[in-house]
Amino acid sequence: MKAKHQRLILALVALCGVAGAGVLAASALRDEAAYFRTPVEIEGGKAAVDEPMRLGGMVAKGSIKRQADGLTIRFVATDGKASVPVEYKGIVPDLFGEESGMVADGRMRADGIFVADRILAKHDERYMPPQMGDMPKNMKAPATT
Amino acid sequence: MHAYANPTRFLAIAKPLTPWLLGAGLLLVLAGGWAGLAMVPGDYKQGETARILYVHVPSAWLGMGGWTSLAIAGLIQLVWRHPLSGIAARAIAVPGMLFTALCLATGSIWGRPTWGTWWEWDGRMTSMLVLLFLYAGFIALTSGDDGQRQGGSLSRGAAIYALVGAINIPIINRSVVWWNSLHQGPSITLGGSSIDGALLWPLGLTVLGFSLLFGAIVLMRMRRIIADNRVAARLRRLADDEGD
Repeated sequence: MKAKHQRLILALVALCGVAGAGVLAASALRDEAAYFRTPVEIEGGKAAVDEPMRLGGMVAKGSIKRQADGLTIRFVATDGKASVPVEYKGIVPDLFGEESGMVADGRMRADGIFVADRILAKHDERYMPPQMGDMPKNMKAPATT
Repeated sequence: MHAYANPTRFLAIAKPLTPWLLGAGLLLVLAGGWAGLAMVPGDYKQGETARILYVHVPSAWLGMGGWTSLAIAGLIQLVWRHPLSGIAARAIAVPGMLFTALCLATGSIWGRPTWGTWWEWDGRMTSMLVLLFLYAGFIALTSGDDGQRQGGSLSRGAAIYALVGAINIPIINRSVVWWNSLHQGPSITLGGSSIDGALLWPLGLTVLGFSLLFGAIVLMRMRRIIADNRVAARLRRLADDEGD
């Protein structure tokens, strides 16, 4: 066997070893590397009261309710299997809205409401021109000639 | 393959190829950029901010593609010891890092109005930042060594580093699938595209255009490294002659 064949085999074996280690590390990280938890995970007991965490899900249709103080909103985050009520006081990103994704930083309160300190909007992978989607009027592009 | 690993043969091809790649790349980037900024409509939900994807996606592709080629060059260096592979790896590292930085910057600028944050430590963003650091490490490793004396080839450590760093590429690619993340899932997969055709076609132009530009930059840098090596070798010979 020529020296370069030996080197090739050695390099490939080492590469497979490192790739295997990478896959093992990635799968071990599966839960830890998740950016947020979903409502079904929280319902499954993965949320202690007052533990700081992130909750991610879709904002349920018709669930956004502005409270009497004009600043606090309440809505329901859902992943299709479970849902968690969320309360947030502050300004939400432009893309935050019903039936779209969001991620909330905060903690569960003892009464089962997730109190968010911060809300991020999550965009999905779909991109399309306005006439195909129901774009809100305030976001309509200025007419280009 | 051996035939093209010879620097003289390589130069005979690379020299006339460079201006074509550069010209076609610039033309496609300008055309795609114009189309993406002025011709196609904004996204139904994000409005005008979605247009940054015509730079963001090619940058991500070249940042990741750059390291993939760098790792292949590292493997060829380790196994076959072609001098040209080390030169190619050195030439790829700087534009690869630049496009990775451009990807992170455009993503951050897009994230502020879309998500409501400049930066979050989710899987996609973190693994892309790791790629940037990998490039920086590779550049530091190869700029400090005695490359000119070895004809531009990589040290064994640098070649192994290039190979090991490639583990990060599938992690970046799968990060939005394995872990729930703030970054959206893949829009373009083997099964099709969830970017509507009306918004997609300028992206094809810019991806191809930036790739050709990347190729032109790599060829130019390789030619420069070869020229530097020749100068260094000649100077060494002169110094040896005087010493006799």
